[in-house]
Amino acid sequence: MYSNEKLQEISTQVRRDILRMVCKAKSGHPGGSMSSTDILTALYFNVMKHDPATWTRDGKGQDMFILSAGHMTPVYYSVLSRAGYFPVEELGTFRTFGARLQGHPSIRKGLPGVFQASGSLGQGLSAACGLALGKKMDKDDNRVWCLCGDGESEEGQIWEAGMFAVFHKLDNLVAMTDWNGKQIDGPVSEVSGEGDLAAKWEAWGWNVIVAEGHDFDSIQQAFELAKAGKGSGKPTMILFKTEMGHGVDFMAGTHKWHGSVPKPEQLEDALKQLGETSLGDF
Amino acid sequence: MKKYIDTGKKDTRSGFGVGLLEAGKADARVVALTADLKGSLKMDAFAAEFPERFIQCGIAEANMVGAAAGLAITGKVPFIGSFAEFVTGRVYDQVRQEVAYGKTNVKIASSHAGITLGEDGATHQTMEDIALMRALPEMVVINPCDFNQTKNATIAAAKYVGPVYLRFGRPSVPNFTPENEEFVIGKAQVMNEGKDVTIVACGHLVWEALQAAEILEAEGICAEVINMATIKPLDEETLLTSAVKTKAVVVAEEHNMAGGLGEAVAGVFARALPTPVEFVNGKDLFGQTGTPSALMEAYGLDAQHIAAAARKVITRK
Ligand SMILES: Cc1ncc(C[n+]2csc(CCOP(=O)(O)OP(=O)(O)O)c2C)c(N)n1
Ligand SMILES: [Mg+2]
Repeated sequence: MYSNEKLQEISTQVRRDILRMVCKAKSGHPGGSMSSTDILTALYFNVMKHDPATWTRDGKGQDMFILSAGHMTPVYYSVLSRAGYFPVEELGTFRTFGARLQGHPSIRKGLPGVFQASGSLGQGLSAACGLALGKKMDKDDNRVWCLCGDGESEEGQIWEAGMFAVFHKLDNLVAMTDWNGKQIDGPVSEVSGEGDLAAKWEAWGWNVIVAEGHDFDSIQQAFELAKAGKGSGKPTMILFKTEMGHGVDFMAGTHKWHGSVPKPEQLEDALKQLGETSLGDF
Repeated sequence: MKKYIDTGKKDTRSGFGVGLLEAGKADARVVALTADLKGSLKMDAFAAEFPERFIQCGIAEANMVGAAAGLAITGKVPFIGSFAEFVTGRVYDQVRQEVAYGKTNVKIASSHAGITLGEDGATHQTMEDIALMRALPEMVVINPCDFNQTKNATIAAAKYVGPVYLRFGRPSVPNFTPENEEFVIGKAQVMNEGKDVTIVACGHLVWEALQAAEILEAEGICAEVINMATIKPLDEETLLTSAVKTKAVVVAEEHNMAGGLGEAVAGVFARALPTPVEFVNGKDLFGQTGTPSALMEAYGLDAQHIAAAARKVITRK
């Protein structure tokens, strides 16, 4: 188990990676990446049962993860590389021609750690359901994790998956929502009127956990509760309350940073705010 | 050959935005719907001018198509806008049932089409949308060549009664057609008259075709260039008139080899006037991450590749 201090250091480095990748590529999605940084850091470093050295796409004998909100590749690639799936230097190739680090997750370039392509929103949770059902059929005791966006959850297919997971008693499935309250065109409340997400998932028959997505104690507690859900016959949804652009003052809490690239002087400011870590930049 | 001046690169999606506002001013029945991509579709000006006629649907494209069909039945003229993949492949059955089969007056505004969407990569780069939309009975399919023509085609789509698929893109491309030229659905434009080979193109590849014609002219080859902005219904008369003269055809499009403009044009010649045809398209490949220009070159869609196809087809006469 990593301590909260160590997780914090990794998270800080991941946020540095996110900003440096997006600035180098001059495109990409920093906002949601920074809101889900602490969740994915804790998941990959403290919770998931996985081994980069023996990773295969079929995920046999290991936990599996699907990034349903496929635009959050900056955080995903950074966490994967920091967890040992591929060299950290490769982060510098993000979104360039020929790179394994495609704009949205792709299985076509052979990037270790990626189980399925995603980026067309609303489809990843269904794939995660299939993985979870496959594991049950194989009597493979490991879990499937899946991260969705709150804007993404407007897609009808998310709710179709929600129904399927309950009907097939996928208690080896843990879905997470990066509940940052923002999407491209504005606050979620002003774009779709999301309503009460917790009540919706409960009505669908899921175990619902609400946690603070930037507090490692709360994150860890939520993951422990979710793991205990195995045997309950129900899938678990963790709604992580987060902040878009978390960690940098001028990026925090606004939808404007969903898919915008900081200017060079903004990058400098942001990196100063985050501070350096012992892990070092790519 | 006829000279075309690029008056400054502009994105075709902005042409749509300007056209939508104009159409909205001319006709109070025009409404616009988007699925969390108001800015990307350049609907901001329309939404500011007509807030009560702008409908934000959230990230729920399937519902947006059905809702637009319902609005059309009540007499509105809905434009639904999202990325090309998400208003075609993502919702193909909704478009088929609610719009095409239902004969509802819905206009599908399809932005970020093709690989020149760029860095987002294959999940977002549809190269199959023309095929999907062409296959739907009576669907009008339009892929204008620049900012001005996209604006004018948007205005024409609003006036036309029936389903229209209007395809445009993300990057800035040369703007070279007249600012206020009426767009006639189903009528191709002969951009340059020639006698040795016909180059048929749609979308921003019309500019590439004109560049190719200049390259060929320097080699003594006189190319006729046709802007086939309406892919369906196809202007067969203009195609046949040209090929009777040149006896060799190249078709260029930013689309998969299957089901696009190339196969539509080849079908006409197979049936009515057997003529050698060469194809410049995205072959049978998915896209990938890269800059628009790097991808144009890598996938063989630029002027050099069109010129090479022209040289080749001439040898097949
Ligand atoms: C099917 C589909 N529709 C639209 C998009 C374009 N899109 C990409 S991200 C996004 C907003 C997602 O919001 P959210 O899930 O809350 O992520 P966040 O903005 O918080 O990063 C949209 C509309 C897409 N990728 N897929
Ligand atoms: Mg969000």
